[in-house]
Amino acid sequence: MNNLSLMSMLGVMIRRDLLLAMRRRADVLTSLVFFVMVVSLFPLAVGSEMDLLRKMAPGVVWVSALLASMLSLGRMFAADYRDGTLEQTLLAPQSVSILVFGKIVAHWMLSGLPLVLIAPVLGLQFDMSGESILVLIVSLLIGTPVLSLIGAFGAALTLGLRGGGVLVSLLVLPLCIPVLIFGAGAVTSVTSGVSASSNLALLGSFLLLSLLFTPWVSAQALRISME
Amino acid sequence: MFIYLLIIVSFFYYRCLYPMLEVKDLCCARGEQQLFSGLNFTVSGGEIIQVQGKNGSGKTTLLRTLCGFSIPVKGEVIWNGSAIHEIDDEFHSDIVYLGHLNAIKEELSALENLRISSAISGWSISDNDALGALSRIGLQGRETFPVRVLSQGQRRRVALARLLVSKASLWILDEPLTALDVGAVELVQSMIKLHLSNNGMVVFTTHQTLDISGVEIRCLALS
Repeated sequence: MNNLSLMSMLGVMIRRDLLLAMRRRADVLTSLVFFVMVVSLFPLAVGSEMDLLRKMAPGVVWVSALLASMLSLGRMFAADYRDGTLEQTLLAPQSVSILVFGKIVAHWMLSGLPLVLIAPVLGLQFDMSGESILVLIVSLLIGTPVLSLIGAFGAALTLGLRGGGVLVSLLVLPLCIPVLIFGAGAVTSVTSGVSASSNLALLGSFLLLSLLFTPWVSAQALRISME
Repeated sequence: MFIYLLIIVSFFYYRCLYPMLEVKDLCCARGEQQLFSGLNFTVSGGEIIQVQGKNGSGKTTLLRTLCGFSIPVKGEVIWNGSAIHEIDDEFHSDIVYLGHLNAIKEELSALENLRISSAISGWSISDNDALGALSRIGLQGRETFPVRVLSQGQRRRVALARLLVSKASLWILDEPLTALDVGAVELVQSMIKLHLSNNGMVVFTTHQTLDISGVEIRCLALS
């Protein structure tokens, strides 16, 4: 038997959640399919006017990413809460925040990263230029982890409540508005010929800020929910 | 001067050798309803306490308060001289809690469950250690099946295997015998006996009778 360091505890938690997701693949696919479908609905509804679609694209992709990530939030802690493994996690002798951070990282890899990878294909659907697609990917790559981090806080707070699924969206969506503004703003600024760096920098600062606070706050919220 | 030093050193030595759980003037409530109040007891190395009471008398709440999940209305739980909320990390490495829920993942095998849960409790155990514990608990040949296909009693055994690989000195067991057959109940009794002889402590609830030869079970009745 060996005492585990904090980093290996983080690794254990990430591997555990990825392994669980591998055994239950349908859950991962639902939010991805949802994302693709919502984005594809807009050209069908608005019509095939290229200029309009190009203008709409960043906003549509970002709003859909936001909604898709809301869809998977309910799963972040709920299963662990139901079968009692969350109790054991909170009894861990080392920092619970690290374990919660591990869960958030795994959640992002399962719900955020697939969106980033599929986004270029959806960008082509909206006739976006190569440069704007690149900025879209970068903005999603920085922005989706923030959605998972803030979402973890909401999911932890509403754990075990009836109708928690709707409540978590109401709680988290307003907090995600800055991410939406700067994420979509980065892409829009590139299409209108301005540099995206300021928007991306602001997005990055949101990521750092939420990295710093949300794992700890979520761990405290989980403690409150367990009482 | 030297004698004072000796007394202090021997005091700490004693405390390390004989860990102790103290409950002082504990009062717990669920919602508005007060469950019990003025509860005092201590558990030291080698002792076992059975919490007794009717359904709804607060047995589970008491055990969850001992773990630090529920905050008591009044009073405190003290581990080796410090209140448990002040020494979270140290305290958590000294206890193992088995609740109503088995805390196992249905998608994973018994082996994976045991290895992951002990890693989350801060200990990495080898495959051999885990397999040894699982065969002792009577799951030989079923270690790699997904827990989904196991029966309720076998799932409880997977949860009980955590006790075998843990180094914690305080076991907090909430209805450990649910769904277990006669053989498994005897196994749990022998596990408890071994743990007590290693200077461990057990606080548990059960509606069945636990009969361990040579061990005196203290009863704590919640009214």
